Amino acid sequence: MTRNSMAFWTGAAVFLAAVFVMTQVVGNQYPFFAGYVILQFIALAVAWSILGGYAGYVNFGTSAFYGVGVYSSVFLVKAFGAPLPLQILAAAAIGALMGLALGVLTLRMQGIFFSIATIALTIIIETAITNWRYVGGAAGIQIQRPPVTAPFENYVQMLFFVQALLVVLAVAISRYIQNSWIGRGLQALRDDELAAECTGVPTLRLRLLACVISGALLCAVGAPAAMYLQYADPGSAFNLNYSVTTLAMSLIGGTAHWSGPIIGAILLGTTQQLLTVTISSEVNVLVLGLMLVLFVVGAPQGIIGLVGRLRGKKEGGA
Amino acid sequence: MTSSDAPAPLLRISALTKRFGGFTALSNVSVDIRPGERFGLIGPNGSGKTTLINCISGVFRTEPGTVLFGGEDVTPLQPHQRTRRGISRSFQIPRPFRSMTVAENLMVALDFAAHEHVSVGQRQDSMMSILTQMGLGSKANVSAASLSQVELRKMELARAMATHPKLLISDEAMAGLSSSEVDEVLDLLLSLAGRDITIIMIEHIMQAVMRFSERVMCLDAGRIIALGTPTEVMADRRVQEAYLGT
Repeated sequence: MTRNSMAFWTGAAVFLAAVFVMTQVVGNQYPFFAGYVILQFIALAVAWSILGGYAGYVNFGTSAFYGVGVYSSVFLVKAFGAPLPLQILAAAAIGALMGLALGVLTLRMQGIFFSIATIALTIIIETAITNWRYVGGAAGIQIQRPPVTAPFENYVQMLFFVQALLVVLAVAISRYIQNSWIGRGLQALRDDELAAECTGVPTLRLRLLACVISGALLCAVGAPAAMYLQYADPGSAFNLNYSVTTLAMSLIGGTAHWSGPIIGAILLGTTQQLLTVTISSEVNVLVLGLMLVLFVVGAPQGIIGLVGRLRGKKEGGA
Repeated sequence: MTSSDAPAPLLRISALTKRFGGFTALSNVSVDIRPGERFGLIGPNGSGKTTLINCISGVFRTEPGTVLFGGEDVTPLQPHQRTRRGISRSFQIPRPFRSMTVAENLMVALDFAAHEHVSVGQRQDSMMSILTQMGLGSKANVSAASLSQVELRKMELARAMATHPKLLISDEAMAGLSSSEVDEVLDLLLSLAGRDITIIMIEHIMQAVMRFSERVMCLDAGRIIALGTPTEVMADRRVQEAYLGT
């Protein structure tokens, strides 16, 4: 194991330990409610950037994958009373298939056309769920949480820990991809798909792989949300806000490095939570828009790009 | 035609036709290219040179017609599969991976097209030796987006070389270069040819074609109008007509 990997896994272990200790020590429930949302967005942003950042296929369908994750849990709980780990695994499997389907259906689409197709995907799936009575239809559905298992005393605390695990999983996968031949191939196809193909990169297969991995993670992150809210309805599960927020977090953080989406999600997620508490939940949408405009104009490569540029200047290099 | 002592062709193009809607870009093109040959491809603008290259490298599907490479029918294969079999190309307008350094551009080729399993260290060595050979040794860690035109052309060739090609297709690698730069790139191509790499060179600069090629083929409106030694082809009346329009 290289020194970098050692540092990464130590960091991940410390993070998980801290989250675990927090669930045991902190009595107030609010930090877990708010923290869950932030962790969820970190995982979404990291998962999104595998396809949207590395491969450059901008996916506006985060809410489609997220919503399918939510509803696969709803279905499994209602039909079989499935436990949480099974809900997450099943959601990941469904998300992988959905990613594959998206990739195959958009084989010949690039750039903005791919993005439009992903919006269409969201609308189609939301409409289907809205008309599916068994999972509540348009009115939504209430879900009963099962009793919590030790060592957790509260279900939300447990979900908080589970989401932290998903974050570590997503980041580990994203980091692995970036440092491996897969990442180099995705970067090549993002820069120039034809040149990549003629340099020996199996662009089609890599693109599908990115769709599958990103889709599986996005769906898996959505799965625990049904238990978190104890309620699901198509309007909020497939809310376009998830797509926009996730995309904004990744772009503001920067997609050139795996840590970019994490930075973006922490920054925006925390700001949003603070604004929701202090002012209103409407203001955070405004702030999101403003920050996105600021970054697109001032730092198109995100915070990661900004840091890289400053560092480059300091060293006097290009 | 084929005598027993002639080596099997490395590339055999048979009855290749390519249509775009009602327009026939290539019509019934057949040609054999021998291993180690330096082959020049000329023709006026729009005569189908780049289309032929796209059919050989797999960017375009041919209908009908076959491309045999090393005895294997590669017609149904995708471009990356052909690259791995040893067909490599540069682009008329350079297409670098702009977000990467020059070294990383080459590493893409080494990661994906290298035939044998080699260690990362060996790949680094091989990358550096190609860059040095191409005169880009000092540019390894420079961003590809900041290269000059002649450096971009060289990097295109270097990246193509990093795939370990048996056949290298250079699509107007000298267009827009000064005469000293043309000589530089031409010397590079000649040095590659000296290392058992078969090269197809598309070029408008006649001086370069004459100096480089063992055989020259001239296309006009998607058909072969002349094929032979450079002097034969230049003396051909139809070639002169195609170029001068008399």
